[in-house]
Amino acid sequence: MARFHNSDALSQALTRRGFLVTSVGASLAFGFPSAAEAAMDPATPDGIPPAPAGPAFEPTLWFAMDGDGMVTVNIIRAEMGQHVGTALARILADELEVPWDKVRITHVDTDPKWGLMVTGGSWSVWQTWPLFSRAGAAGRLALIEEGARLMAVSPEGCRAEGGAVVAGDQSIAYGEIVRRGTLTRRYSPEEIAKLPIKPASERRLVGRPVAALDIPTKINGTARYGIDAKVDGMVYGRPKLPPTRNGSKVSAIDDSAARNVKGYLRSIPLEDPSDTVPGWVMVVAETYPAAIRAADLVKVTWVAGPGAAVSEKDLQDHGTKLIAQPDAGAVLDTGGGDTQAAFRAAQSSLEQTYTTATVLHFQLEPVNALAFEKDGLFEIHTGNQWQSLIMPTLAKALGRPETSIVMRTYLIGGGFGRRLNGDYAVPAALTAKALGRPVKMVLTRADDAQFDSVRSPSVQTLRMCFDKTGEVTAMEHHAAAGWPTQVMAPFFMPKGLGGAPYDPFAIAGADHWYAVGAQKVRAISNDLANATFRPGWLRSVGPGWTNWALESFIDEAAHHIKADPVAFRLKLLTGAGRNAGSAPSAVGGARRQAEVVRRAAAAAGWGSALPPDTGLGLATSFGQERDMPTWVACAARVHVDRKTGVVRVEKLTLVTDAGTVVDPDGARAQTEGAALWGLSMALHEGTAFEKGLVKDTNLDTYTPLRISDVPELDIQFVDSTEDPVGLGEPATTVVAPAIANAIFAAVGARLRHIPITPEAVRGALPKG
Amino acid sequence: MTSFTINGRAVTVDVEDDTPLLWVIRDEIGLTGTKFGCGIGMCGVCTVHVGGRATRSCITSVAAVAGAAVTTIEGLDPAGAHPVQQAWLALQVPQCGYCQSGQIMQAAALLKDFPKPTDQDIDAVMSGNLCRCMTYVRIRAAIKQAASVLGSDATHG
Repeated sequence: MARFHNSDALSQALTRRGFLVTSVGASLAFGFPSAAEAAMDPATPDGIPPAPAGPAFEPTLWFAMDGDGMVTVNIIRAEMGQHVGTALARILADELEVPWDKVRITHVDTDPKWGLMVTGGSWSVWQTWPLFSRAGAAGRLALIEEGARLMAVSPEGCRAEGGAVVAGDQSIAYGEIVRRGTLTRRYSPEEIAKLPIKPASERRLVGRPVAALDIPTKINGTARYGIDAKVDGMVYGRPKLPPTRNGSKVSAIDDSAARNVKGYLRSIPLEDPSDTVPGWVMVVAETYPAAIRAADLVKVTWVAGPGAAVSEKDLQDHGTKLIAQPDAGAVLDTGGGDTQAAFRAAQSSLEQTYTTATVLHFQLEPVNALAFEKDGLFEIHTGNQWQSLIMPTLAKALGRPETSIVMRTYLIGGGFGRRLNGDYAVPAALTAKALGRPVKMVLTRADDAQFDSVRSPSVQTLRMCFDKTGEVTAMEHHAAAGWPTQVMAPFFMPKGLGGAPYDPFAIAGADHWYAVGAQKVRAISNDLANATFRPGWLRSVGPGWTNWALESFIDEAAHHIKADPVAFRLKLLTGAGRNAGSAPSAVGGARRQAEVVRRAAAAAGWGSALPPDTGLGLATSFGQERDMPTWVACAARVHVDRKTGVVRVEKLTLVTDAGTVVDPDGARAQTEGAALWGLSMALHEGTAFEKGLVKDTNLDTYTPLRISDVPELDIQFVDSTEDPVGLGEPATTVVAPAIANAIFAAVGARLRHIPITPEAVRGALPKG
Repeated sequence: MTSFTINGRAVTVDVEDDTPLLWVIRDEIGLTGTKFGCGIGMCGVCTVHVGGRATRSCITSVAAVAGAAVTTIEGLDPAGAHPVQQAWLALQVPQCGYCQSGQIMQAAALLKDFPKPTDQDIDAVMSGNLCRCMTYVRIRAAIKQAASVLGSDATHG
């Protein structure tokens, strides 16, 4: 994971910083912000950005200031509920010294100038912080210099404050500087890199409550999502989905019954050079209800691809078989040590296997896209989390260069990682190309579920051994699952020991911060899963299952040596050696994890007496990645009905240390949502493959958490001025193991599979 | 041809009688604040008011609302400032926002039936509305805040 970041994501951030340097050096000048034509403002009805007042000051790629002093911040991240523009724009506005009511945001369309466009991994604030801080600082310095000239005073005697440059008792508003001044200040790259960021004590927007810019349109019906996109002359498409995700071929189409549907046009077998949607037939009609009705009546015969007979059990059995093969997979660099020798020398050892079921994204806006060609440009209108990943695929599918394709940006009605995989844009584009007219494709809910890039089922075996004093001497973690990154973005895979590539998003979390002596972490790609479906990245990715296994196992290990589970964790979180942490984002290391464990335990009343069949369980995590740790601990209090096996979660206590919290209310909202996702996947939702497809495709049988299932939440953040890290996912990873550990504390039943069902609880109750 | 009123405006649409009201509202009339989620009436994102009652428009045929008064999120309040909407804004309820039109319409109907809703009332009525971002804690708090505003309005005339 660390390697991946250091080599790819960080270099990407550096590249963007390089871009800033170039922009400031080369074009610190006036100009109309081109972004206004090609971007979406979530604060305005229909998302249309307001026109700037006069020529704008555009010192970097990342923002423009108009003659009224209004600042428009360009956001390359997708808005899917995290209020990301509100968080990022305030980083820039804080350094620029503009008040919040002078800030607008635009979510930009694809253009090579923006560099990598991806929204995931809880990376947005972490990656943007250094860039936007310095972009804002550069603008502020330029404005101070020009403001000083206009006021005929020395810049050294000026300061920026509230959107104006102030010198003694006179001041000049930024807007006036933009209107009257000549902003020509140039910075060398070295100067830019050295631009100071304000001390935490002088922050005016970061860490303070502000209203999210995307919320007002979301309560009056004017927010525009991809599904709301429209263009004159468009027709509607609904696909007939093949019997397998990969490799199916159409052998016959019979649309005779559909021809009676008013508005039905055609059924088009898609020719897809990118092989993204093999075996798809698009049913096209004048209206969407007609497309739904017609698709139900069109009969397609296929020759099914691989995986047509695969079941959930086949997938899990295959994972178990792979784990039993010592040479399968990739071993991560976790500091080395000979675990085999340690196990041979051990006084005692413990081994357990944990599994997780297939999980659907079930984002409420079904995937959709509007596609058409206009003036030589192929336009794709849709919500998307990783434009840079799907653009080359679109180019291949359409047989045209990326430079003649643009993805227009919309609000996303639920991402959770589903829209990192932009596969749904391809069939819409292919249909529009085949028809020569605009096509809006919308999947029905069942289509969406069948076509989902699900969270792969997983199998994990963990082992730990102890010497005669009960000290941990070695640990192994072997994890097998479908690998989304191998299937969709293999260039993103780092290499383990010996050069074997692995999917960081299918193993992160197993490379934990506990001191366990010799440590081995092995990531194994479940090739049967990869062939049967397209594994997806789902909120919290790998740690969603690795931390389920790890934190359940740590609890079991504590009981094995008759130690208190909290005391056992604190003893292992020494913060020494490779767990000491390092700048910029992991300062303090495991000691910060120990602190959130202590605080969560104390806040939840760890050790106090509880009513019968009620228990407290604790779990902790460092979030997503070792070089971007978000320290979190969760204590769950549950009551178990021994007769029915029903688990009632009474309260979740979560303590998070995410460094500087840029957007306090957004941080709380993300943690509420992430924790309840964790609860939903622990007790309420999960599906299974049957004959190559998921068996649950709608809410009649797929049952995510509802409002009546929500426990009391106590959410706390550690005050910190360390660099900010991520908040969208970490809380997801701690809830399931905390609940399982609480069930064990309540009634002595150990559950090793999620979702936990009442039947499984009944079966795990100690006999007698 | 089916005629009804939507947000106080009379409309006549020429679609098949069994066309779901949802698509008539979104694609024929062009009001896209009402969303498509599950298509089987179990997620609640398509909730509108028909004659003041919360109704799942994805499973309601257009013929069934002939002559009726339909209200969508765009028409709940002329200024978009219904007490429920104000509470939603004050408590920053929406995340992705996709389900929130339905949540707000359901909550507004709930408060007509239960001016002072208990947690059990909220559970019973709002459990039909899925929020995949899991904004449930704030939905509950905002309903209570709106109830208190509506209650004090009633007291003061």
